[in-house]
Amino acid sequence: MASKIKIKTKLTGDVAEVKSLMLHPMETGAREDPDTAELVPAHHITQLTFANNGEIVMVANFSTAVAKNPYLAFKFKGARAGDTMMVSWVDNLGATDELETTL
Amino acid sequence: MQLGRRLILQGSLAFAALAALPRAAFAAAWPKKAFGSTAAQQAMIELLGKVQTTISHQIALRVPEIAENGAVVPVTISTTLENVESISIVVEKNPRPLAATFDMPPGTLPDISCRIKMGETSDVMAVVKTDAGIFSTSKKVKVTIGGCFG
Repeated sequence: MASKIKIKTKLTGDVAEVKSLMLHPMETGAREDPDTAELVPAHHITQLTFANNGEIVMVANFSTAVAKNPYLAFKFKGARAGDTMMVSWVDNLGATDELETTL
Repeated sequence: MQLGRRLILQGSLAFAALAALPRAAFAAAWPKKAFGSTAAQQAMIELLGKVQTTISHQIALRVPEIAENGAVVPVTISTTLENVESISIVVEKNPRPLAATFDMPPGTLPDISCRIKMGETSDVMAVVKTDAGIFSTSKKVKVTIGGCFG
């Protein structure tokens, strides 16, 4: 399956700016299904990890209170053009997704 | 006798090393208890071990004054504090106040943006943990349409 992660990176000197967008419903578990009037079970990303050349540069822990299709932007030092950035997430139902990109 | 003592000492050292291992692995785990807390103070205790934070003007929290749609509220947190270990977002009046927490390895700049959900008008608190303590700043966000129940 094609990855549902979108990522954009920008290098300024040795500082990389990373902007990422994950496609995920991020259900809180408190929303009613309009058709069945039943609660939609919680389904959300729990942990999102970024590793640059195998070294973790960011671990984001999400609750249900992170908006649908989560967006995350951050910056880190010590990046070089050609570095391999690996993004991966895992959700509360055990589903995962990952994407590799080059700076 | 001497040998026996030495052995016990070595044994206890090995045990201490073993006991320390799962802790290190645990630090990276998803903080389930903190996220499950229904009160902001409880979430803070579960996540950081205490409620008291030092109000800091060195933290810049950018949130909209009025969020028309509580389902998507952009939050940007940056700080000039040094040696930042983690940044967390706490929404006081959300059913689960802790929205997200970011572990910051050295080298990662304390400047993050994301989007959160808010159930109703509430204070949003940016909590920054550094090696010098726990600092925070908060701002009120007015929510016209809540984003938690759909």
